[in-house]
Amino acid sequence: MPEIDKLATPDFSNWSCPLPLADYPTIVMGHGGGGKLGNELVEHLFLPAFRNPALENLGDAAVLSLTGKDGGSGRIAMSTDSFVVQPLFFPGGSIGELAVNGTVNDLAVSGAIPKYLSASFILEEGFPLAQLAAIVESMAAAANTAGVQIVTGDTKVVERGHGDGCYINTAGIGVLRDGINVGPHLAKPGDAILVSGTIGDHGMAIMSVREGLEFESQIRSDCAALNGLIDAVLTAAGPSVHAMRDPTRGGLSSTLNEIANSSNVGVHIDEARVPVLTEVQSACELLGLDPVYVANEGKAVFFVAPEAADLVLATLRDHPLGRNAALIGHVTSQHRGMLVARTIMGSNRVIAPQIGEQLPRIC
Amino acid sequence: MKYLTEFRNGEVAQRIAREIHAITTRHWKIMEVCGGQTHSIIKNGIDQMLPSGPTASVEMIHGPGCPVCVTPLELIDKALAIAAQPGVIFCSFGDMLRVPGTDSDLFQVKGAGGDVRIVYSPLDAVDLAARNPDKQVVFFGVGFETTAPANAMSVHVAKRRGLKNFSLLVSHVLVPPAISAILDSPGNQVQAFLLAGHVSSVMGYWEYPPLAEKYKIPLVVTGFEPLDLLDGIRRAVIQLEKGSHEVENAYERIVTFEGNQHAQKLLAEVFEVTDRAWRGIGVIPNSGWRLAPAYQEFDAEARFQIQGIHTVESALCRAGDVLRGAIKPAECAAFGKQCTPRHPLGATMVSSEGACAAYFNYGRFLSVDELATAGSALSNA
Amino acid sequence: MCLAIPGKVVGIAQENGLRMGRVDFGGIIKRVCLDYVPEVEIGDYTIVHVGFALSKIDEDEALKTLEMLSQMGALDEELAEGDEAFARAAVAPQSACPDGSCAPK
Repeated sequence: MPEIDKLATPDFSNWSCPLPLADYPTIVMGHGGGGKLGNELVEHLFLPAFRNPALENLGDAAVLSLTGKDGGSGRIAMSTDSFVVQPLFFPGGSIGELAVNGTVNDLAVSGAIPKYLSASFILEEGFPLAQLAAIVESMAAAANTAGVQIVTGDTKVVERGHGDGCYINTAGIGVLRDGINVGPHLAKPGDAILVSGTIGDHGMAIMSVREGLEFESQIRSDCAALNGLIDAVLTAAGPSVHAMRDPTRGGLSSTLNEIANSSNVGVHIDEARVPVLTEVQSACELLGLDPVYVANEGKAVFFVAPEAADLVLATLRDHPLGRNAALIGHVTSQHRGMLVARTIMGSNRVIAPQIGEQLPRIC
Repeated sequence: MKYLTEFRNGEVAQRIAREIHAITTRHWKIMEVCGGQTHSIIKNGIDQMLPSGPTASVEMIHGPGCPVCVTPLELIDKALAIAAQPGVIFCSFGDMLRVPGTDSDLFQVKGAGGDVRIVYSPLDAVDLAARNPDKQVVFFGVGFETTAPANAMSVHVAKRRGLKNFSLLVSHVLVPPAISAILDSPGNQVQAFLLAGHVSSVMGYWEYPPLAEKYKIPLVVTGFEPLDLLDGIRRAVIQLEKGSHEVENAYERIVTFEGNQHAQKLLAEVFEVTDRAWRGIGVIPNSGWRLAPAYQEFDAEARFQIQGIHTVESALCRAGDVLRGAIKPAECAAFGKQCTPRHPLGATMVSSEGACAAYFNYGRFLSVDELATAGSALSNA
Repeated sequence: MCLAIPGKVVGIAQENGLRMGRVDFGGIIKRVCLDYVPEVEIGDYTIVHVGFALSKIDEDEALKTLEMLSQMGALDEELAEGDEAFARAAVAPQSACPDGSCAPK
């Protein structure tokens, strides 16, 4: 875990006044108590990192404005997610980036412009402050890149042994764009299916550092905020986009199966067209895993009207996060509710929804 | 990946399939022994590529080469009991985690607080034992001859390092006795076998000529990639059409006649042959390995002495019939109804290479026509 | 019991009395026990199952097999020796990634 090596001393250089934190190198019960220690954490860790006017008022609630130049239809989208990943730091990211980007992406694929996030922490007694600082720093950077503000939050501390170091919940709100109507139930036979890039990166990055299964590789999590990419697609082809999803847990398979189910259509993809990094494929071969079930944290799947497919593909490939975008299949009125893939042999196989976590196998 | 990707060439696969169609003039039933081969056949739709006409066909029957599936229920229940004990780190391959015991499975034991860990190699479990001297580390040693060398080395190393807290829960099964048992069973329809290529990389194929001779049956050592499987099937069909019964090696880049002598030497030192119960089939004499007396101290069953196991198999489960090739998964009344990967009744539905799971996951509940023509109405972009 | 994949040995060292190798599987490197294949050296390919190398891959046999299979049902075309035959057999649909980083299927 290379990232952890640089955590020896947190870099407080551009924070307002970090001194009191130095007295407590690890989290203690008092940090969650709402008293002096908790306040110090807010004043000297969260506030300087997340710096924005709404947060700085430090009220019980953040008072926000969603009108004015933000545009939008006046409809709001809201999403929440909790993040419990282990290990906390992995090649390509940490729980911090996941917590911000995960919620940003859920809003973005709903057709909303993400605006504000809350961040709640459940910390384990004894958790090193240096790690918390690194996590918070990464959240601030991710929020900045995504163009969102973290405007309210909470911290609780649980006794040693009752938590995995750090759990984070983020909730987010965004404003829906005008004229955009997307949803998992809106895919239509004939729709083209595009994916914004290679699949399986995140899951295999985690696997590469997982105890008992670890291996040396250059695989990095693809964790990224997709709102810029999605914005570009919606601007270019808005009304032609019927459904969007980010395939996280359960991988591409879960997303395609869910949409097949919700829209009551058949989904047919060509396995040869699904982009997979060579190393991710190799790692999957080693452990007996199928990339279509492996988690992603920076990819989007689009179901678009067939006449817009070329435009959407070009738009995706034009964007830094979409360089390896591909057209992978189509929606059909056959085999409704099911995901079928054309194999490299030219035969067809059903890709069933995964039951539970995909486990490495020897057989 | 070199030596992997080239053996998945779809165009060449189609050519071999056409060749098989051209030479098949009667109905043949061929069994692939190894679960990994079953998995590859179903996942790549190899069986869809074989002839299936009214006068000529090649039908693949899926064999019992799924060590996860054939591990006796009683042993699974013992594993669960051991894993639930405090002070035990129970290590296993991922395959075993969801195999149902009478009441529970390793995943649930883990959920309830048991220290159950997935490892890639048995040596990882040995290292864990060295690093945790105050715990008992148990490794679930399941497998055919392919996995036995790794398990043998683990106890050999544990012995050499003087580790007192490592033990092996052994459930090793052998391929040749299984083939004999299938051929001896009444109503057997299998006419040729694809032998398990990786088992043979360890054991060679010197054990098979007597079998081929006794039962007058073609035996072809076969690999796992689509081209390997199609080639193995092709060679079996050629023999069947000709009426010959030879042992052939279609996996020459990996398998030799003698096999891996270094592995066989350590296997002979660490293990001895024993009768084994195969879940769903029954006891097959001399069909398994147990630890030899010199290594008996590492036997987890002996070390833990679990009592009071009452195993109860589901009355609906026909995994045994599936494993013997007597029925296809879809012919079981419970398939897809009471028995699904989410609620498996038997190991063949849980294990990723169990025939029932493979059938369910790869869509054999769509009609053959529906599956074959999926996507055909769509334009190619 | 059969998931074994081919990898290239890129490093060998003694560890705890065992001959251990660093084996490259298409860009992924894993520690593998080479005790059962003492003939395997750096640069050789081997088939690995649960962290153990079981057999050295005979590269000539691999080539022969591919050539033989590729010839099946082919029209009258001369097959070239060595790498060309290998390369032709390895042809797969175009990599799905414009930047070429994706595994050809």
